Amino acid sequence: MVHSGINVLFEGSNFARLMAGLWTSIWIAAISLIIGLAIGIIFGILRTLSNKFIRFILRVYLEFFRIVPTIVLLYLVYYILPRTFHVNWPATWMAVLAFSLWVAAEFSDIVRGAIESVPKSQRESGLALGLSKIQLFRYVLLPQVIKLELPATINLATRVIKTTSLLLVISIMEVINVAQQIIEANNQQYPTGVFWVYGLIFILYFVLDYPLSAWAKKLTNERK
Amino acid sequence: MNWSIMQQALPVFVHAFGLTIWLSLIGIIGSIIVGIIASLTQYFKVPVLSQVMTAYVELARNTPLLIQLFFLYYAFPVIGIKMSAEVCGIIGLIFLGGAYMAEGFTGGFNGISTSQINSGKALGMSRFQLARYVVFPQGFALSMPALTANIIFLIKETSIFSVIAIPELTNTALDLTGMYYRSNEYLLMLVIAYAIILIPVILLLTWLERRVRYGAFGN
Repeated sequence: MVHSGINVLFEGSNFARLMAGLWTSIWIAAISLIIGLAIGIIFGILRTLSNKFIRFILRVYLEFFRIVPTIVLLYLVYYILPRTFHVNWPATWMAVLAFSLWVAAEFSDIVRGAIESVPKSQRESGLALGLSKIQLFRYVLLPQVIKLELPATINLATRVIKTTSLLLVISIMEVINVAQQIIEANNQQYPTGVFWVYGLIFILYFVLDYPLSAWAKKLTNERK
Repeated sequence: MNWSIMQQALPVFVHAFGLTIWLSLIGIIGSIIVGIIASLTQYFKVPVLSQVMTAYVELARNTPLLIQLFFLYYAFPVIGIKMSAEVCGIIGLIFLGGAYMAEGFTGGFNGISTSQINSGKALGMSRFQLARYVVFPQGFALSMPALTANIIFLIKETSIFSVIAIPELTNTALDLTGMYYRSNEYLLMLVIAYAIILIPVILLLTWLERRVRYGAFGN
């Protein structure tokens, strides 16, 4: 009996709708990553400076995101922005905001760790050659930092993609939300459809994430 | 902010607080057990089992907990397996956490220098003895940072249980918001509740991490 349920995926425009939902998830993940990584670099560099006040503020910022689960973060943005600050953005923008701030926090810690693990001799050699601070950063630190942080950054990207599955809680029409509608609409005709629809989404997420995490693992192993 | 609203909600929150801790605890212990089994079978390259474990780890690590839970809770009844939301939650969390723990332990085991393993073999240790007295103690110490990160991660992941209506902290806060329409108060309580759980856990684990660093001996 379970076999007949698979047809629910190809009924009408169901498959296209699921793909459109997946595209929404990917799009939100991509934009959030771009914004979050950009802010994260700046925060990460600021955290290696000697100004104690800036470092303290950014540390608190990071710890906040380490403590609050992402799903709660989405609710915070979704409920507090419109009611307390009268900001009435579409839910997708709010998701991008929450995700970007979260990515920035995580990435700032990755960047800080990478900058600090560049050997001291590298920095001193650069300064001995008469490089300015900007030159030192651009030609000595940055290339090494990128190499050091790349696996962690790719892993962060896989986490962001997985976390897009939570977007349904703030009623964004992403892939799982579409799936729920399809399942409900076809429940009479395909009682086993739920198995195939969620099974497909399970596989879709795996197909998106596995190549990235395999790449990150390969880079980590090469370094050893 | 309305303090009396928060006071009234306190007993419900305390109950949810207990449930979150309880579910996290079972999830963490189960994940560690699954992780140890999976990583040891991979480390000793047990035929067939190690391939199965590798496939499991990749599958669980590269899919979101939410869809794992939906599959357990909504799709499994179709093939005749019906479980309560709590059971689904725990199974899902252990399925996910076991894979993360396995990755962490594997990293630790691979960090042990080969001279340690060879010395053990030279002493005539059996595979089991090697695992028990050489690989495990050192590998465990080496994987402590990963273990810490995973424990914090799993506690936070229990918040996703709210989507299958388990009355843990996040679900409770949303329920109350839906009933009384006071989102600011309940969300503040929610964030504070997570801070009360996670700050001591983070401090304790960071302290523990420093204590067990002897595992890096010989490297």
